[in-house]
Amino acid sequence: MKRIQTLETRDLKKSAQTGGCGECQTSCQSACKTSCGVANQQCEKSEKK
Amino acid sequence: MIHQYKLNDYNIVLDINSGAVHLVDELAYDVISLYETKSFDEITLEMLEKYKNIEEINENEIRAVISDIEELKTAGKLFSSNRYDNIATNFKQNNHVIKALCLHIAHTCNLTCDYCFAQAGKYQGEFALMSFDVGKQALDFLIKNSGSRKHLEVDFFGGEPLMNFEVVKQLVEYARTQEEPHNKKFRFTLTTNGVLLDNDITEFLNKEMDNVVLSLDGRKEVHDRLRRTVNGKGSYDIIISKFQHLAKSRGEKNYYIRGTFTHNNVDFTEDIFHMADLGFTQLSMEPVVCSPNDTYALTEEDLPKILEQYEILAKEMIKRNQEGNPFTFYHYMLDLNHGPCIYKRITGCGSGTEYLAVTPWGELFPCHQFVGDPDYSMGDVWKGVMNTKLRDEMSTCNVYSRENCKECWAQLYCSGGCSANAYHATGSIHGTYDYGCELFRKRMECAIMIQAAEANLE
Repeated sequence: MKRIQTLETRDLKKSAQTGGCGECQTSCQSACKTSCGVANQQCEKSEKK
Repeated sequence: MIHQYKLNDYNIVLDINSGAVHLVDELAYDVISLYETKSFDEITLEMLEKYKNIEEINENEIRAVISDIEELKTAGKLFSSNRYDNIATNFKQNNHVIKALCLHIAHTCNLTCDYCFAQAGKYQGEFALMSFDVGKQALDFLIKNSGSRKHLEVDFFGGEPLMNFEVVKQLVEYARTQEEPHNKKFRFTLTTNGVLLDNDITEFLNKEMDNVVLSLDGRKEVHDRLRRTVNGKGSYDIIISKFQHLAKSRGEKNYYIRGTFTHNNVDFTEDIFHMADLGFTQLSMEPVVCSPNDTYALTEEDLPKILEQYEILAKEMIKRNQEGNPFTFYHYMLDLNHGPCIYKRITGCGSGTEYLAVTPWGELFPCHQFVGDPDYSMGDVWKGVMNTKLRDEMSTCNVYSRENCKECWAQLYCSGGCSANAYHATGSIHGTYDYGCELFRKRMECAIMIQAAEANLE
């Protein structure tokens, strides 16, 4: 597309079928301890960058 | 739902339900903003008028943009309408697996930081150290209640955990003996102020801890103002070389230098840059959690300055990355391709359900921030979770259970926020800490902009 560049991202709708194993890190259990968020958490099933 | 914003010369469009991220030019940005409320003819007329001085923008160009938008819409990457309410509720309420414990190994501290929500480690209670027997029971409780979950997380927290280091060592040793028989893998984290770090402890942490969180607020004068010893002296000079040695000996990975910023240092990027200039590369800086009456509490007047600071940080990180001198910031660590699945994104942090805090006496609380509040006592490591009413209430916390989250574009990046922050700000775990929400949204905008910048470099 000439005017729209789409970055490669995980398809969240598809992840409803494949996700939910729960092996990932508890979100607060890492660095912050005070301000929860999930976007920066890694999926255990995905290959890391 | 979509979210559009402009930052650092990037025009960014997020499709919230699919997670898609689009970088667009000015024309596409404008057309997307009008797409749902105006007819194609109205959009065309409006765009022709707005861009009448730009020759290449004509009716065909505008039609082409609309066609691209429709293609993305058909592909489920723009204006997508997926909602995940049902799986949010069912997934969490039917799941009583516990996978993480925050062990309050020491309710005591060798620093007296003014802003500590644990109040010199005591959590509104008495000084105490966790015994090996209580810790062992906590680990057994975790194994027993973890179902088929292989990875179990245990955080040694305080107070200052190194004030009870012998028990930390004994518990790690015990946990390792339990991994093979139960098909589990423990991942340990320890948070420390660094005062007691020595070579032996550092060697142990490097061997056994998946992550180490090192508390440093940044510049010496900032750090020493609030992070003082019991004698009232600043702790910066005691810890810096110890942290540098630890980071280097860990291969500069699997640690965080974690700071707290307050009203006293709203220019906190200077503190982050100070950390980076000291050679640290894994950085985190959190807004202070305290009563609004505290002198160092963040104010409404601070808010626009803080938002600006996050932009300054993002731009500097891009610059340093290009110069070959990068560092990571915890909240900007997005991996758009390998990030969490939708279940993770909607069910929240898991406090009170899959994550519990354990006091030195073995009492269970939903998380470390509820410790000491009798209303949030959940049971103990011998009898387990007895306050099932509270557990059930915590299990209803998800991104769709909070009114303010329903129309928030950041809902699937945040997952509804911190229940403890919500409780302290509104009196309800189903509320939202709006000040924190403002900061979170800005952080996400910056984090995604960095991804855009990196994508453009590739």
